[in-house]
Amino acid sequence: MSSKVKRRPRIGVFKFASCDGCQLSLLDAEDELLGVAGAVEIAYFPEASRAMLKGPYDIGLVEGSITTYHDAQRIQEVRRKCRILITIGACATAGGIQALRNWKDVDEFIRVVYATPKYINTLKLSTPIAEHVPVDFELRGCPINKHQLIEVISGTLAGRKPNVPTYSVCMECKRKGNVCIAVAQGVSCLGPVTQAGCGALCPSFDRGCYGCYGPMESPNTASLSNQLHILGQNNAEITRAFRGFNAWAWQFRKAGEESERT
Amino acid sequence: MRKQQTRTIKVETLARVEGEGALYVKLKGDQVQDVKLKIYEPPRLFEALLRGRHFSELPDIVARICGICPIAYQMSAVHAVERAFGIAIDPSVRLLRRLFYCGEWIESHALHVYMLHAPDFLGYPDAITMARDYQSIVEQGLRLKKAGNRIVALMGGREIHPVSAAVGGFYKAPSKAALKELVDELKWALDASLATARWVAGFDFPDFEQDYEFISLSHSQEYPFNEGRIVSNRGLDVDASEYEENFTEQQVQHSNALHSVLRGGDSYMVGPMARFNLNFDKLPEVARQAAQDCGLQLPCRNPFRSIVVRAIELVFACHEALRVIHEYEPPPRPRAQTLARASTGQAATEAPRGLLYHRYEIDQDGLITSAKIVPPTSQNQRRIEHDLRQFVSQVATRPTEEITWKCEQAVRNYDPCISCATHFLRMHIERN
Repeated sequence: MSSKVKRRPRIGVFKFASCDGCQLSLLDAEDELLGVAGAVEIAYFPEASRAMLKGPYDIGLVEGSITTYHDAQRIQEVRRKCRILITIGACATAGGIQALRNWKDVDEFIRVVYATPKYINTLKLSTPIAEHVPVDFELRGCPINKHQLIEVISGTLAGRKPNVPTYSVCMECKRKGNVCIAVAQGVSCLGPVTQAGCGALCPSFDRGCYGCYGPMESPNTASLSNQLHILGQNNAEITRAFRGFNAWAWQFRKAGEESERT
Repeated sequence: MRKQQTRTIKVETLARVEGEGALYVKLKGDQVQDVKLKIYEPPRLFEALLRGRHFSELPDIVARICGICPIAYQMSAVHAVERAFGIAIDPSVRLLRRLFYCGEWIESHALHVYMLHAPDFLGYPDAITMARDYQSIVEQGLRLKKAGNRIVALMGGREIHPVSAAVGGFYKAPSKAALKELVDELKWALDASLATARWVAGFDFPDFEQDYEFISLSHSQEYPFNEGRIVSNRGLDVDASEYEENFTEQQVQHSNALHSVLRGGDSYMVGPMARFNLNFDKLPEVARQAAQDCGLQLPCRNPFRSIVVRAIELVFACHEALRVIHEYEPPPRPRAQTLARASTGQAATEAPRGLLYHRYEIDQDGLITSAKIVPPTSQNQRRIEHDLRQFVSQVATRPTEEITWKCEQAVRNYDPCISCATHFLRMHIERN
């Protein structure tokens, strides 16, 4: 047995363009927070602490998308400092809602919001972290599920693959015993193409899934688009449905562009 | 004779605030030369990306401006659209929206009081470190935060970006029995809020008062959430539709967040202290008594005491949540029918951090053609810089490290949400 005291793994939490909601999930794990803080060393988490320890870190949790030149440089530095890099949330894994600019003229967007556009530096595209650096695990959701976050952290620390299902929201609806809202009520629902993880929240609240967990493993978006047509949705509505919080995820991006063309 | 040195105090990443910002203070000798709150949070351009989206998508999209106060964004948006279309909501829906907001205030205020602000007063870098010496208090704060989150999760499915809010009401209204399940925990939370107020009232507060213009909603019968006129302590009294005639946004080079000021160019304060000073008589007896026991006098002008005011608002929100649950009868239909028409609607509601203004122009197909969103932190930004300028001169003789921490604390008085405002914080104190 080693006589050395085992060092607690160091975690850093890094933010890019985002709403802060996914890192807040860590603070929202009220029952687990002090336990997690005892098992790991939260070395860098500016939202929670003014003590900021320099890296390297064993695990880096990255929230947010890359939208500025400065952030495109900063993510390289973050990657170098983190042994394992985990992206959390739709912004970090798919570009977020701010990726709607990717189909538009970003300069025009800036002129709409700011009187002096030249003070604002931003890139034309909002892109996920994995387009910039290698990522070890992507946790989906807008916002992420805090229980999945705890599972990802504990799985990673134990050296095993985190148990995060990649099947669709439909599976969660069936398990909950929800009557299918699309079939029974003719409501537009992205559940069949969206990854599980939320607990089929929207159908449980009498509304269609809006895809905030992004595409499931093998989504048949063309078939869903046909079904949405049958339910009376027009192409503009179907395009909007795919262009939500995971618009730049390639399967949704392709589906949105196909319905926009037709 | 000592040479007049110039010092720059810089905080490169302001901690315990929501979002990314930095602070920059330049001193010559002990004289303040410049103060800048720099917001470098990347702009996400919501007002532009909302164009062409359907009004029914608004509550889901604008929630994503802020993970800490998504309900505030949902509420200002649905009320603006309802005002545009002339939709009257059911009285039960109105009550439910108050309860929804109570949940967000409890969650957000408990987070700020315990996790973000109290460590400054007690000299800890964060609440986790503070828990080593104050374990039961931090646990109390987490449980209180969770009590607020439980309301939100019950009504909206999850704590962050809940899914139930809709134009006209809710996708699904909770049953009376479901809400009753919250009662025991909220009774505990009311007592815990009173204990919170007593605890924070015992902190040491710097002797610092400013002559603020306070702005908040004001309603004839209730402490404001979703309804009321926009008023100030200096005679302003307007409807939300007149907001843009009275306030204007200015862009400054050092910030990605616009500064909102009064038309005359003056700064102002929104948030708990403004609400408390302007609506004290609408607080329930238990909250007014707690304020008195905490030594809060009207008007409260010391921003460092905002932590006590936040605790009083926790008392109010727990009491109000219990009142709503007691009175609640489910609405006949969870939401009113909505028929789009070409129109413009404005609304302001009280986010935990203060007044949140939205305006939407909508075409006959129900698509957004223009949007304007003015979050609380944009409105407080100029005021924070003014506070810092005054406050730094009071503490300028102290060591740089102490000034830095005190300045951070002065910024955190406002619970700034930088994600909202750019939709924050690094600090530089410059002395050479």
